[in-house]
Amino acid sequence: MPRRQDIHSILVIGSGPIVIGQACEFDYSGTQACKVLKEEGFRVSLVNSNPATIMTDPIIADATYIEPITSEYIEKIIQKERPDAILPTMGGQTALNVAMDLYEKGILKKYNVTLIGSSVSAIKKAEDRELFLQAMKNCDLEMPEGEFVNSLQEGLVIIQKIGFPAVIRPSYTLGGSGGGIAYNLDEFKQLLEIGIMASPIKRVLVEESILGWKEYELEVMRDTKDNCVIVCSIENVDPMGVHTGDSITVAPAQTLTDREYQQMRDAAIKIMREIGVETGGSNVQFAVNPKNGRIIVIEMNPRVSRSSALASKATGFPIAKIAAKLAVGYTLDEIINDITEKTPACFEPSIDYVVTKVPRWDFEKFRDVEDILGIQMKSVGEAMSFGRTFKESFQKALRSTEKGRFGFGFDSDIYLSNSISEHQLIDLKNRLKIHTSVSIYDVCDALRFGVSITEIHTLSGYDSWFLHQFKEIVDAANFLIVHNSTLEEIDASHLRYLKEIGFSDIQIAVLTKTDEYAVRHYRKNLGIIPVFKTVDTCAAEFESDTPYHYSTYEYENEAIRTDNKKVVILGSGPNRIGQGIEFDYCCVQGVFAARNANYETIMINCNPETVSTDYDTTTKLYFEPLTFEDVLNVLDFEQPDGVVVTFGGQTPLKLSKKLHEYGAPIIGTSYEGIDLAEDRKRFGALLQDLAIPCPEWGTVLNADEAVSVAQHIGYPVLVRPSYVLGGRAMQICYREESLRHYVLKAIEAFPNNQILIDRFLENAYEFDVDAVSDGDEVVIGGMMQHIEEAGVHSGDSSCVLPPYSITNEQFDIMVLYTKRLAKALHVIGLLNIQFAIQSGKIYVLEVNPRASRTVPFVAKSTNVNLSQIAMRIMLGEKIKDIGVRDFSLSAKRVAIKESVFPFIKFPKASVFLGPEMRSTGEVMGIDSTFGKAIIKSRISSGNTLPLKGTVFISLSDLEKTIRAAEIARGYTELGFSLIATSGTADFLLQHGISAEKVLKHYEGRPSIIDAMSEGKVHLVINTPIGENARYDEHIIGQTALKYKIPLFTTLAAAYASLSGIQESITNEPEVKSLQEYFKKSLIPAA
Amino acid sequence: MHKKPRAILALENGLTFSGYGFGHLDSEAEGEVVFNTALTGYQEIMSDPSYKGQIMTFTYPHIGNYGINPYDFESDAFQTEGIIVKECSAIYSNWRATESLQNAMERFNIIGIEGIDTRSLVRVLRNEGVMRGIISAKVSDTNQLVERAQHIPSMEGLDLTLGVTCSAPYQYQPVQDDQLIQKPLSTPTKTYKVAAIDYGIKRNILRRLHSYGCQITVFPATASAQEILAINPDGIFLSNGPGDPAAAKHAIATISELVKKGIPTFGICLGHQLLGLAFGAKTYKLTFGHRGANHPVKNLLTNAIEISSQNHGFAIDVSSLPSHLQATHINLNDNTLSGICHKELPVFSVQYHPEAAPGPHDSDYLFKQFTSMMDIYLG
Repeated sequence: MPRRQDIHSILVIGSGPIVIGQACEFDYSGTQACKVLKEEGFRVSLVNSNPATIMTDPIIADATYIEPITSEYIEKIIQKERPDAILPTMGGQTALNVAMDLYEKGILKKYNVTLIGSSVSAIKKAEDRELFLQAMKNCDLEMPEGEFVNSLQEGLVIIQKIGFPAVIRPSYTLGGSGGGIAYNLDEFKQLLEIGIMASPIKRVLVEESILGWKEYELEVMRDTKDNCVIVCSIENVDPMGVHTGDSITVAPAQTLTDREYQQMRDAAIKIMREIGVETGGSNVQFAVNPKNGRIIVIEMNPRVSRSSALASKATGFPIAKIAAKLAVGYTLDEIINDITEKTPACFEPSIDYVVTKVPRWDFEKFRDVEDILGIQMKSVGEAMSFGRTFKESFQKALRSTEKGRFGFGFDSDIYLSNSISEHQLIDLKNRLKIHTSVSIYDVCDALRFGVSITEIHTLSGYDSWFLHQFKEIVDAANFLIVHNSTLEEIDASHLRYLKEIGFSDIQIAVLTKTDEYAVRHYRKNLGIIPVFKTVDTCAAEFESDTPYHYSTYEYENEAIRTDNKKVVILGSGPNRIGQGIEFDYCCVQGVFAARNANYETIMINCNPETVSTDYDTTTKLYFEPLTFEDVLNVLDFEQPDGVVVTFGGQTPLKLSKKLHEYGAPIIGTSYEGIDLAEDRKRFGALLQDLAIPCPEWGTVLNADEAVSVAQHIGYPVLVRPSYVLGGRAMQICYREESLRHYVLKAIEAFPNNQILIDRFLENAYEFDVDAVSDGDEVVIGGMMQHIEEAGVHSGDSSCVLPPYSITNEQFDIMVLYTKRLAKALHVIGLLNIQFAIQSGKIYVLEVNPRASRTVPFVAKSTNVNLSQIAMRIMLGEKIKDIGVRDFSLSAKRVAIKESVFPFIKFPKASVFLGPEMRSTGEVMGIDSTFGKAIIKSRISSGNTLPLKGTVFISLSDLEKTIRAAEIARGYTELGFSLIATSGTADFLLQHGISAEKVLKHYEGRPSIIDAMSEGKVHLVINTPIGENARYDEHIIGQTALKYKIPLFTTLAAAYASLSGIQESITNEPEVKSLQEYFKKSLIPAA
Repeated sequence: MHKKPRAILALENGLTFSGYGFGHLDSEAEGEVVFNTALTGYQEIMSDPSYKGQIMTFTYPHIGNYGINPYDFESDAFQTEGIIVKECSAIYSNWRATESLQNAMERFNIIGIEGIDTRSLVRVLRNEGVMRGIISAKVSDTNQLVERAQHIPSMEGLDLTLGVTCSAPYQYQPVQDDQLIQKPLSTPTKTYKVAAIDYGIKRNILRRLHSYGCQITVFPATASAQEILAINPDGIFLSNGPGDPAAAKHAIATISELVKKGIPTFGICLGHQLLGLAFGAKTYKLTFGHRGANHPVKNLLTNAIEISSQNHGFAIDVSSLPSHLQATHINLNDNTLSGICHKELPVFSVQYHPEAAPGPHDSDYLFKQFTSMMDIYLG
């Protein structure tokens, strides 16, 4: 059946901010969908609150709404756009949930809008465990034994039946939020309570544990003619009990016979039909008992997902793109496989390589949080790798995660020692029973120290096939250690073998006690260089001209170097806190600009979630780890005219020194300029020369030096290791004692880094400036003012464009400093500067001659595509020819960026913000006034502001200021009643504001915690003192999180929200697309 | 590091690949080098008699991961002459497995070669067509091996059915403890007496027919029409098998006689080609054939797509179809003919493998179609 003729206009729903469980994969799927639908001639409107996405670039959809993804706002969009259909399957759980809400509120019916891609009944059947259970019974398929409960009492009845361990799964939560595994009654009661609370419908599934079983996933597609294909099978290396998002996974399945695989395939197709997904992709998860092959259905998602992005990249079959076509009526046989460009998309990809995905966790960002993996996802990103064998792809994937590892162990000298004490061995074996972010390296140790595969299997549940693969790697390394081999003793065939099983040059260097360069040199002399194979969907059965490549140590190279002008853009690797989708946005915009300038664009990246790793984005894609070795292999082959290191965040920047030394043609700001900005001493001298003030600072190597520097510049001080991004391990110290403690820990964690000490500017306002420079001329793209005071990491604080409290003179000075610095650093391309104003004086805090996290936000709120301009400049254009003007303060609109935090996944983490960045994503609110914009950003970040009710206030002594009193008064004037802790209530009374007193948590009951749990508190303002929040403040934070009560930990945020609430009380919300905001000035691109 | 014995793969076009031998190293493999893109099912593939005379290249790089079990054999032994893989797993992991692939290969005197760039080999076969080759762990003179490869008889003109067919007629008895058996689309309500001619029949064809109610008498490829008709069958089944269909003159003659009787007849793969030849169509050799478990086939009568299991090097030329035959299925990858039926007689056949093993079960309905035909025939 060809394209549907009854629909003309389609609304696509995005997934909102990046959170754990919902990341770039929905930017990838949504961008593909929008592009396909536009090509098919539909009018496409899009709603997504996330400004860092490529999909919200105004060229992707016809009408782009950066608005909250709620039924209230989407109704407004529907009123304006009057779409015929909504596509809810590209925006993760967020989009499905809001689509269901639109249906239940009768909005779909009211405006006569149909859902495409999935139906209300299919979503219900797949999402509602009871309906799903019934559906599986209809299919003659098994599910784990279990029942739904709404209360502890009901739970206690069920647990008698199924016994321990038991799994607790709250209904309708994201990424398994609020779930867990209970091993005893106490744990069970506790988890059940949390689960019931986490579920929006207060319901929890208690079920039989299938811990330790093997886990599989199939990606299925179905069209209106009932054609079904399986795109990919995925096997988890980690057994059941570890969330799939936290598991190392492999495609295709490795240990299933054809009969077992076909049984699963039949089941997946049956489920598609029974659930009623008629057009599009879904995934189905299965557990298999390794002892008897019993298959159990875990779940199915009637939409594209993280694993469908993975499957698309792993096979070259673009699931989202094809799902979008199916949604508008095409059938699989009518769509051409755009990799082969000859055969139809109605087939099942075959692959002749192995794909491994390894998650990336950032536990170190969350002190007090235990590094233990369970059924609730905790990873913040993932890396994927190709290899011709599992061993090769696995080792490549490990080094892709950029956690300082270069393979499966043997990447540092500790691996050269083969001795372990009895006690350590017992410890190691115990650790194998618990899955953590480093379990895989524990397995490596266990193998190194001779624990048998059978025993490791019993302890950890890893399948023996995988363990044997691991052992081959360990044996190969041990061989070198045992023989005390030098590099020269390894002959060509032996070295080739090591490379074939994925050893990096660094690992070989460690094992032969030499360095990476020596290994590379020796290896190349022996002619052992990788070849590039093609991802072609068909295992070479048909010709494919699509240049989607991966490296491997085989014999035939398939990549073709052209004579075109070409530029290599280094991507940003796996998502992590501090480096996420913003950098993928910049890379992709850079690609668009280079393509427009008729360059062949070559992407190197290893993050399967991203738009940058869509083979459609660049001329050529190399799916490779972003290590020096792997990047250089591509550069050696491609011989590009330029290499871009400034778009992908810290990942490529870290390589810039080595690449520069190697002679790679880095374009844009020179390595010299990058280093000048990073090297604190040189940079300090430069600032002095330019007469630009910065907070007093010093660099130290030990605690004594730190104390003397701090005494000189005065407390409080901001301390951090140098060359570390995202405020990692950054802290504010108010006293010598804490400074000493910090320095000792920092030296331990980062032994080779200097420690930077800056005077911390208390009560200062921070500003971010994003600019582009061509070496002669500098253009200011945007200036933002942070809402939270200095001390909160810039990536965590909210910021406002244009600045809301600044004089024209201050603005001019910051512009002047920016231009002066850009010229002094010889910046060619992007530049980000952070300023602070304290008592009227302007300081420079940091200069980064590279893409910043705020570039996409600036682009969406000013319509100046800074990344594209930067790329054009890097390719030789001049600003005067491009024709952009400086940002000015006179904007007619206000855009607010707000951060989103993963605290719900880390219940023990402190919710108080500090200099260490912990947010995973961001949202944007844009409107005509500050108040209107902030109400939107608050809703989008999940902190919907109440319009009436009770505000609880607890102020630290430092914060008992007139300003605080005025803020409290503001809330009473809007009709809120106040409750406060006794000290704060007394203070407020002094200022003529009455607040009911409430006991602190430890003062007795009923306390503020009781009031919050009983729903009597609608907003919390709780400012912690000094370095650490006190215990009861911690509890208040946890409780606010649990009951979803908006919480402000800074006065600035509490103040900012006042005007939002006021605005909401008096005005109906309005929606406006970016295309309407920027009617006149849309820059055509790509 | 390497303790593995060296082995060489030599092709008739002069290309040689150096790798490591495994399995039964004293054996050499001579045959037509082909490739299969299925991700699972090496045990079924290696034991499929249709692969007689062929050396199989598995495009999936890891083979042997789940070992070998007693249930997934498609015949009594491995039938491929040899196998070519990127890496043969040193261990196996699966609850049904009872031995390793290497072990089974030693039992069945099959040699394999691993550690070669199988993808580059497949690209050669894809571009130049499948060709004769040899695997040896005994001879290191590549020139000698290439020359030997050039003297292996060409697949064209070879009738290989006689080497794989049964020696005498027998009644099919299902294995009682067989595992993971696919259920039929609908439970049969009666039984059918079916005569199956064995040109190298796969066990799963017998299982599938049986699950739809067929009581099967299996006849050797040499059986005459009279012998077959003597059991008064409700239906006749023409099996898969190896070699060039046009060379199987005896089989074509027998089928020509059988189809005149108006008995429902169903052919698979070689059976399909022989049926076409019996009705006067022509067959030809494809460049590199279709071997895998992901080929889209369109049913021209319903427009539905089946993802099919395929294994053939020859095909019926669609332009040669006589007027009383109708094309019912085509392969969407290259529009080659995938299924035919007779316009008047209850006779149909498919080029691919509805019995799967290995492969998807999408085409299982064809067995049901066969029994439905017999229902009509029986009144």
